[in-house]
Amino acid sequence: MGALAPAEAVRRSRAYPHGVISYVGPDGFPVSVAAPHASTDGDALVLGPLSKDLLPKKGTQVGVIFSHIRPQEGVGYDERRYVNVWGPAEVKGGLVTVRPERATGWDEAETPFFEYAERTVGRGREYMDKVGAKPRLSRFWTIFLATRLPFLTATVVPVALGGAVAAYDDRFQLGWWLLCLLAAVAAHLAINVINDVADADSGSDGANVNPTPFSGGSRVIQYGLVTRKAMVVTATALYAVAAVVGLVLALTRDTGLLWIGAVALVLGYGYTAKPFRLVHRGLGEPVVALGFGPLMAAGTYLAVTREWSWDAVYASAPVGLLCAMILYVNQIPDRPADAATGKRTLIVRWSPERVVRGYAGVCVVAFGLITLGPVLGITPWWTLIALGGAYWAYQTYKPLAERYGMPYALIPVMQSNVVAHLATGLLLILGYLLAKAF
Amino acid sequence: MSNVELPAEVEELLRVALVAELTVLDATGRPITYPLIPFWDGSRVLFTSAVLFSRKLEHIKANPKVSVSLSDPTAMGGNADRAVIQGNAVVLDHEDPHTSWERLLPLWRAKEPVIDMFVKKRFGIPLFFERHTIEVEPTKVLLWRGGDTSAAPDVSVPRVLVGS
Repeated sequence: MGALAPAEAVRRSRAYPHGVISYVGPDGFPVSVAAPHASTDGDALVLGPLSKDLLPKKGTQVGVIFSHIRPQEGVGYDERRYVNVWGPAEVKGGLVTVRPERATGWDEAETPFFEYAERTVGRGREYMDKVGAKPRLSRFWTIFLATRLPFLTATVVPVALGGAVAAYDDRFQLGWWLLCLLAAVAAHLAINVINDVADADSGSDGANVNPTPFSGGSRVIQYGLVTRKAMVVTATALYAVAAVVGLVLALTRDTGLLWIGAVALVLGYGYTAKPFRLVHRGLGEPVVALGFGPLMAAGTYLAVTREWSWDAVYASAPVGLLCAMILYVNQIPDRPADAATGKRTLIVRWSPERVVRGYAGVCVVAFGLITLGPVLGITPWWTLIALGGAYWAYQTYKPLAERYGMPYALIPVMQSNVVAHLATGLLLILGYLLAKAF
Repeated sequence: MSNVELPAEVEELLRVALVAELTVLDATGRPITYPLIPFWDGSRVLFTSAVLFSRKLEHIKANPKVSVSLSDPTAMGGNADRAVIQGNAVVLDHEDPHTSWERLLPLWRAKEPVIDMFVKKRFGIPLFFERHTIEVEPTKVLLWRGGDTSAAPDVSVPRVLVGS
């Protein structure tokens, strides 16, 4: 509940048909009894009449709560809101007049429940510490959250695309491709985990009171589900897996992979971690476009075929750009917390209008590249089916400006944006496979 | 634990109420009221509070005297009766906050069926599902049939059922 100005609390209370007056009775128990609004008297509340045996004594400090819900058959209820006021009681003719000295309240239409709950995480953790308990989830959900597993589509798509281009060139080898996938997945999960550590250290995730499934980090550190130390150990182990597998590929397939791996590790680690903190400098999007597009797809092609492919670079550029747009849009709800903690992403630096125009511009470039590929003879004509992904990009663009400042209303928009990347990537892969088959 | 009999009208209000007002006393003796879903298990009025909203739990631990107001006909299926239950509350803070409250789920589900969906997705808001139970042992009941609190209430002391 948040503090309210007493006059505002009185104004709000008038929308409720009754209040519950509470005070301490002679036996030390609270008395809490419902009373209708009788009249209004400036900044005072007048409630009653009440049974004379239940009237508080003149001058008694009383509290009054006005509470509202709307029952929803088969669901529960919604439209939760309440106003609490405190002040001395004046009693006359069975009526109780209260001039509030202090007031609090909550209205879920103003502060959504999830934000309300998020604002009290600190208190919840203090209480858990006091009673000697630890917040927990099942091992599966803890790993799921800490590593942000669903975002792995950002890795699977470019690695699969690199494999599809190799298959189109008649050079696909499943074993090497699977090793590429393992290295890329381990690197991506390591980046996710170390990113959470860096955002916890900088305070940007802690300051975020509007996390969504797509933004605000995994929050396992903030909720006390995983310690910072365990996150660092996990990230290190995942980086080690990526490095070892990458090294095996470089030594057995092509030493050029050493460079790709080194760039990927530096960009991944430096994305949020010191000293580079690339995302704090507004460089997050180009880094993601490079890493989750050409670097992964052309790297996969190189590992599988032992040859560099500019065609794979070109084919994966739209996927990289759309992946960067996942980050870009997902940062919109994080804007207030990022700005407050010095994480100056493009979203923080730019006006909402410019951000929306930027999204449209990048999508035009991404789908323009898909269109031009066959015309220039770089990609097969079948890859034009990937233009179908533009539907979800448009579904993202259309409501973006209208919902810009509404974190929870942006959830379906962010979901549509993830689908835009996934659908475009999968259709590109399908295009290569169809071109190979026909 | 012995069974306690409340007036039938009050048990009915507890059965249907989606919200009751739980009033506790803070360290200065000031009453603070929280809207919460009440449950009745035949012997105690029960509430469950997320650790996120733990201030009420701290207040009850310091002073167990509470009152529960059943006041809103809209939240009680149109039932216009009103009641106040005074009693001593205890926070079951020796229990595991991760799972202990789940025994109240059948009562909770009956009033708020959507809770099952939220429990399934508890990973999305994990601290909301770290909860402690508040048990209120009724000591005095005030009942207004028809809900007119300008009239004197029927006052009763809950009956403890012998042999239960």
